[in-house]
Amino acid sequence: MIHFVLLISRQGKVRLTKWYSPYSQKERIKIIRELSGTIVSRGPKLCKFVEWRGYKVVYRRYAGLYICMCVNHDDNELEILEIIHHYVVVLDRYFGNVCELDLVFNFHKAYYILDEILIAGELQESNKRTVGRLIEAQDAMVEAAKEEASSISNIIAQATKNVS
Amino acid sequence: MALSGMRGLSVFISDIRNCQNKEQERLRVDKELGNVRTRFKNEKGLTPYEKKKYVWKMLYIYMLGYDVDFGHMEAVSLLSAPKYPEKQVGYIVTSCLLNENHDFLRIAINAVRNDIIGRNETFQCLALTLAGNIGGREFAESLAPDVQKLLISSSCRPLVRKKAALCLLRLYRKNPDVVNVDGWSDRMAQLLDERDMGVLTSSMSLLVSLVSNNHEAYWSCVPKCVKILERLARNQDVPQEYTYYGIPSPWLQVKTMRALQYFPTVEDPNTRRSLFEVLQRILMGTDVVKNVNKNNASHAVLFEALALVMHLDAEKEMMSQCVALLGKFIAVREPNIRYLGLENMTRMLMVAEVQDIIKRHQAQIITSLKDPDISIRRRALDLLYGMCDVSNAKDIVEELLQYLTTADFAMREELSLKAAILAEKFAPDLSWYVDVILQLIDKAGDFVSDDIWFRVVHFVTNNEDLQPYAALKAREYLDKPAIHETMVKVSAYLLGEYSHLLARRPGCSPKEIFNIIHEKLPTVSISTIAILLSTYAKILMHTQPPDRDLQSQIWAVFSKYESCIDAEIQQRAVEYHALSMKGAALMDILAEMPKFPERQSPLIKKAEDSEADTAEQSAIKLRAQQQNSNALVVTDQRPTNGAQPAGQLGLVKVPILSNADQSAAEIVSHANGALTVVDPQPPSTPSPDLLGDLLGPLAIEGPTGAAPASVASGLEGGVDADALAIAPIEEQANAVQPIGDIAERFHALCLKDSGVLYEDPYIQIGLKAEWGGHRGRVVLFLGNKITSPLNSVQALILPPSHLKMELSLVPETIPPRAQVQCPLEVMNLQPSRDIAVLDFSYKFGTQLVNVKLRLPAVLNKFLQPISVSAEEFFPQWRSLSGPPLKLQEVVRGVRPMPLAEMANLFNSLNLIVCPGLDPNPNNLVASTTFYSESTRAMLCLIRTETDPADRTQLRMTVASGDPTLTYELKEFVKEQLVNIPVPSRPPLAMPSHIQPTSPPPSAISDPGALLAGLL
Repeated sequence: MIHFVLLISRQGKVRLTKWYSPYSQKERIKIIRELSGTIVSRGPKLCKFVEWRGYKVVYRRYAGLYICMCVNHDDNELEILEIIHHYVVVLDRYFGNVCELDLVFNFHKAYYILDEILIAGELQESNKRTVGRLIEAQDAMVEAAKEEASSISNIIAQATKNVS
Repeated sequence: MALSGMRGLSVFISDIRNCQNKEQERLRVDKELGNVRTRFKNEKGLTPYEKKKYVWKMLYIYMLGYDVDFGHMEAVSLLSAPKYPEKQVGYIVTSCLLNENHDFLRIAINAVRNDIIGRNETFQCLALTLAGNIGGREFAESLAPDVQKLLISSSCRPLVRKKAALCLLRLYRKNPDVVNVDGWSDRMAQLLDERDMGVLTSSMSLLVSLVSNNHEAYWSCVPKCVKILERLARNQDVPQEYTYYGIPSPWLQVKTMRALQYFPTVEDPNTRRSLFEVLQRILMGTDVVKNVNKNNASHAVLFEALALVMHLDAEKEMMSQCVALLGKFIAVREPNIRYLGLENMTRMLMVAEVQDIIKRHQAQIITSLKDPDISIRRRALDLLYGMCDVSNAKDIVEELLQYLTTADFAMREELSLKAAILAEKFAPDLSWYVDVILQLIDKAGDFVSDDIWFRVVHFVTNNEDLQPYAALKAREYLDKPAIHETMVKVSAYLLGEYSHLLARRPGCSPKEIFNIIHEKLPTVSISTIAILLSTYAKILMHTQPPDRDLQSQIWAVFSKYESCIDAEIQQRAVEYHALSMKGAALMDILAEMPKFPERQSPLIKKAEDSEADTAEQSAIKLRAQQQNSNALVVTDQRPTNGAQPAGQLGLVKVPILSNADQSAAEIVSHANGALTVVDPQPPSTPSPDLLGDLLGPLAIEGPTGAAPASVASGLEGGVDADALAIAPIEEQANAVQPIGDIAERFHALCLKDSGVLYEDPYIQIGLKAEWGGHRGRVVLFLGNKITSPLNSVQALILPPSHLKMELSLVPETIPPRAQVQCPLEVMNLQPSRDIAVLDFSYKFGTQLVNVKLRLPAVLNKFLQPISVSAEEFFPQWRSLSGPPLKLQEVVRGVRPMPLAEMANLFNSLNLIVCPGLDPNPNNLVASTTFYSESTRAMLCLIRTETDPADRTQLRMTVASGDPTLTYELKEFVKEQLVNIPVPSRPPLAMPSHIQPTSPPPSAISDPGALLAGLL
């Protein structure tokens, strides 16, 4: 089971955190500080697993961004590595050549997408197209609501104009 | 891509990004929080859009690591917004800001439940995601039934059902009771027939969680899992979109194999065959390719397959194939694979039959200990630790010691602890152990915990042969410049206790020892000074004749510290000073420390405790538990070391042992004219107890000062003189001396029902018995006292003809510090005084230790006290009129004892004294009931008439309804009165057997006694 997911930049800036096991805010901050130090300082030729407090942190680096997932020590590490990659592939398809800045300004999208891939720290959907379609559908619903709202406000505006 | 339509949020994020330093960022955040707070205060003026925007800002600020202690209510209130955009934000922000322990979450349960049971599919998805990500116990209790319904509903689309599966998984983890096993197991099996791969993947995760808790209800899922695996492995009927770099859903493959590992085995032969075909295909068909992702995915499947093969106890051939693969992996360039190779090889150690194959990779593993990657070094260390046994302990521990000097600080503590444990567990001899620990302290003193040096002191104290060696080593280290304080402690302690053993060596006079230790005093801490003071006091005590000069030097130190601010130091200084003026009394008070009781090594315990315990029970852990559940053996050994190696802490070879027991092995006893070699071992073989038994009584009464050889040659059939001749006081005199007097232990156990039967430095045999009627149940407790296993353990019962005895199976190996219980059933067939013998042997190193112990299943154990009145006694007494039912004898040579003591002795033998029956106060009348299969319950009456003028003789009359019983009881009581440590008698009924003990000379010279035995 994945206990938490962290997206950290090389400078140690947090881009996304998702916690599937209960940690208090204090613990969360401590974990982030501890792990970003450890992971960012690891060279590129080392393995992608860090043993930490009896757990394992599996991470991958994409340009300046580290994506880390903390799992139980007997979980299948390689499977987790590819869950990370799967997530990145979906982000990439959604944003079109994703870069770190996309995730900075659209961090909420990163959350929506993650929620379609993982629930309860377990893989929910391994089909990247399915995930893409669901996210598009969500966006469409938000857009529709917005249009509806603006059309209503237009009607109201029109109505009040006519009255005046 | 710009943030869709939320300008305020984009601006805020840009502002934060433009902040030059942390302080600016904080100011900007504080400003924003103030703004959000005021906006939330008059909530009515907020449009849904604004609310959404502010809640996102809060989440962003929270993500940056700032405390956001307000606005939770606003986030939660969005859950029940009617429109999708607000609801979506509400759900996601709530599940990020809160965790399952927040009180706020409780008020959200209703809103979440409404969305789950509502008709809107997108709302259902949001609600299931939140409950699946942060739901706690209360969520589990109120939502589980609805979530289950969604999961199995045929009208729900896969996108809802896969979320429901994982949501249920979470709720189940929080409270397993929410899934009713009986009702759910069939449903679970049906879910595995699912066509949609997303739902199937989620359902498989759910199954893993369910079976990790309890697999019993889910056996019907096993064949289905195998089918799924077959389908995936053959790539049949797998939608293109669910292949990942050409591999049919590697995740589902991994999960399915994980689920199968929670079932103890796969029994159905067809299913098993299909499964092994798939596994074989995975093992053989996985190649290393260029693409990293494809490689990872295929190896994720491969490693899971390895774990499953191991779990299923595959054929040795397949296991060897696995080890071969792992051997390849630990040498590849790809660091992930190298890491996993080492990790899985460590798990593989649990399979006993491949341990030797793993050992062939030792060199490669040692190379990995020097890998640039700490994660890999850790794995290598763990593997080396796990594979270590007597055969390679020296190499491995030396590698660890060498590595210690260059190892990074993060690993040194673990490294030194592991080295210390291995040295302790598998030391070929104790002097090597001392060497290792001292090196450890020398090289990594900062990382050597007190436990480690306490342990070495413990061993040295308990092993006399080791003491001079350890003291000498300690002395050598003191010559080195700048030694670690821990080294000062351990050296000072050892030299305080044992430096007198070195007295004649150069540089080891008390004065020199004192000087070199005293040099260190200015640099050490208070706790070490305390040890040094004790050392000085001991040196002073050992300096004979007293050295005035040294004395005044040490006294000066004491008086200096008498005013020390530390109370402990002050007390020691004052007391030692005063004591050392007392002269002879000092000797007693400062005498050598007594031996420590054997107990579990605190190091091993510490290592066990530090093994982190993580969330769900893992398959591997379960397996380890299963492997360890040996009903007989109560042990604290670590499971990873699999089969126990043969070695143990041997004695150092120091030629100071007494030779008293050596000849024991050569005693050839004579039984019915047949010469039987008791112990076919070479002369140096210890077999002390035969002799110990013989010597026991002799030492107390018999011809004192009789040398073992003369005792032995006094026996018919005598001693193999040649063997004795080549058994001089020699170096390999590894004789194991029993602790305590075996004969005394036996006699004590004749009168009570639990206690120690035998003890030597390696083993203790305890005994606990329950007697009732003519039956008894004796439990032998075989306790290994040392830190290595005892092998070739054998326990044979040599019962006399009147006892039927059945000993349960005795395991061949007693693990370190483990105790094995062996129940022994006893049935008494007829009255007899013959004694059963336990022929016990074990191997200590390569040498056999063999002892023959009398078992206290003696006549009085089958007596039950009964108290009779005068009305019952006299008619009986009279009716048993004379021989052979009533026998009378004048017994001479009785141990003089007051009448009260004799009455006590009778009572403790279950012969109950009935006061007042005999008018003469110098007489004792006692009664009892004897039980055997032939006699059933039989009343026995005894009368002894003593002479107050001569307590060494008395007249005894014994009566019962059975002539043999009367005779045997009379003889038995006589033996008890004449002398407590009676020599044991051979079980005459077993002439062809080895004689357990030989009758002492006195018995041989008394034909009457021999004859009595034959009756």
